[in-house]
Amino acid sequence: MAAPISLHLEFGGGAELLFDGVKNHHVTLPSQSEPWNMKQLLLWIKGNLLKERPELFIQGDTVRPGILVLINDADWELMGEMDYRLQHQDNVVFISTLHGG
Amino acid sequence: RAVMEQDIVSLKEQLLVKENEIGILKDKLERLLKDSQCSTEAIDVQGTVTQLTPLQEKPFLSNEEIMRYSRQLLVPQFGVKGQQQLCRTSVLVVGCGGLGCPLAQYLAAAGVGRLGLLDYDEVELGNLHRQVLHGEDRKGKPKALSAAASLKRLNSAVDYVPYHMQLTPENALQLVQQYPCMDIIADCSDNVPTRYLVNDACVLAGKPLVSASALRMEGQLTVYNYCGGPCYRCLYPVPPPPETVTNCSDGGVLGVVPGIMGCFQALEILKIASGQEPGYRQQLLMFDAQEARFRTIKLRPRQAGCSVCGENPSVRALQDYEKFCGSAATDKCRRLCLLDQEQRISVQEYKEILEEHVPHLLLDVRPPVEVDICHLPVSINIPLASLEDKKAPHLQLLKEKIEESRQKTDRKSDFPVYVICKLGNDSQKAVQILQEMSGVELEHIAAKDIRGGLMAWAQKIDLSFPQY
Repeated sequence: MAAPISLHLEFGGGAELLFDGVKNHHVTLPSQSEPWNMKQLLLWIKGNLLKERPELFIQGDTVRPGILVLINDADWELMGEMDYRLQHQDNVVFISTLHGG
Repeated sequence: RAVMEQDIVSLKEQLLVKENEIGILKDKLERLLKDSQCSTEAIDVQGTVTQLTPLQEKPFLSNEEIMRYSRQLLVPQFGVKGQQQLCRTSVLVVGCGGLGCPLAQYLAAAGVGRLGLLDYDEVELGNLHRQVLHGEDRKGKPKALSAAASLKRLNSAVDYVPYHMQLTPENALQLVQQYPCMDIIADCSDNVPTRYLVNDACVLAGKPLVSASALRMEGQLTVYNYCGGPCYRCLYPVPPPPETVTNCSDGGVLGVVPGIMGCFQALEILKIASGQEPGYRQQLLMFDAQEARFRTIKLRPRQAGCSVCGENPSVRALQDYEKFCGSAATDKCRRLCLLDQEQRISVQEYKEILEEHVPHLLLDVRPPVEVDICHLPVSINIPLASLEDKKAPHLQLLKEKIEESRQKTDRKSDFPVYVICKLGNDSQKAVQILQEMSGVELEHIAAKDIRGGLMAWAQKIDLSFPQY
């Protein structure tokens, strides 16, 4: 059994509007048999935090195009994307790309 | 004799006064001359791409240049060498708006060699809070021209090339490539298709792209396609769904936010031009003005599988970016057409309904922040988002208001509910939702939307109603 882990989730660039405008979320993921990875975190967010219009955040089993995911201040592409194993106290940011000028 | 001497003294005094007058007039003339040179009439604006001559190398700085740039010449990282390199640098600024204005202003002040200033749009009153090169007297003038005129006043030694035209797949490569000895492209645009277009043109032409964006109280910046860093497509291979993109005319923006981001772009360009390492290659700068926080993120490197800068690129020529992104290359609002004609009324028809005191309900579905700006006094406000989520307090309010107004009718026909928003897009979505709710969650109603929304009302019915 993997112990429960606490994470700091942040939403920005307008993505926070899908979460009642709240940018910072301190969450605890319950203990489960397998260690938590990003794929499971996305499902957990969809089931627990995301109340409205999930298609504006998740498409298929990943984030929708135009949202950048950062794990501990690094592009998640450098961290293994969906397979990244989450650690206690990790900081995960979901940032919607801006286009205005 | 004494009289003659007195005459001489008095004549000399008069001469002094006249010389003073001449001096004042000369100053005035010089100012007028300078003003006319910096007026929008005195500047040629390009409607097509023309061949430019390469910038001359500067073997030494003139005394005037030394004085003018002295404070930056004293910065060891920049110095005389940096200044000479900057004087030979051409920068193409795509978009002369909230980002492009401060960017061009600082590059011109610092003595960049040439500034290509591209914008298809004209100056509007609603631009002035953030597009600080344009003044009140420039309303209706091409932004590229207005920017060039303001910059010329700031530093007349820079070569300004204003382009009053849209960046298209047909002209982009020619524009980006025609600066042979340079150089750097600044993406200061305001829409998704243009961002992909600028990126692909820079990759195909091998130019560094200094890109920033801003919305509401947030900004982002990255240097793309430079020294092993990613291009825009490496990060965003698939464009975002159009309905998830918010532009500044919908979402708003605090002017100083693109101001800060444009200054950051200018800084990165100065560093690249003067041979210093840019800070934001393979890095993303995120600025949150509300939380007063800058944050730098390490990005992925250039992607081998990227469709434009990868090993086996599928994009070898510029394509149709509006089609690729499913949206237009502008930040002007789209006009949706979701309803049949009989489900819509014009602002004139609504005016008659008001004048004839026909019992009805007027539902304004804009967000509260917009209702605060202006609204029709008879309307009730339920934002579209609340209607979509069928929020209970809002549904209750709607039911009560319908019942209240309904008492004035014979209750035989479906009760009319008219829906209004800013431009007539959200109101159509709201009508669709209301129609589904009619006879289920609500009594039987006949919901219609008001074509063109409050902005049509302001233009056609009540000219004193504010536009935004």
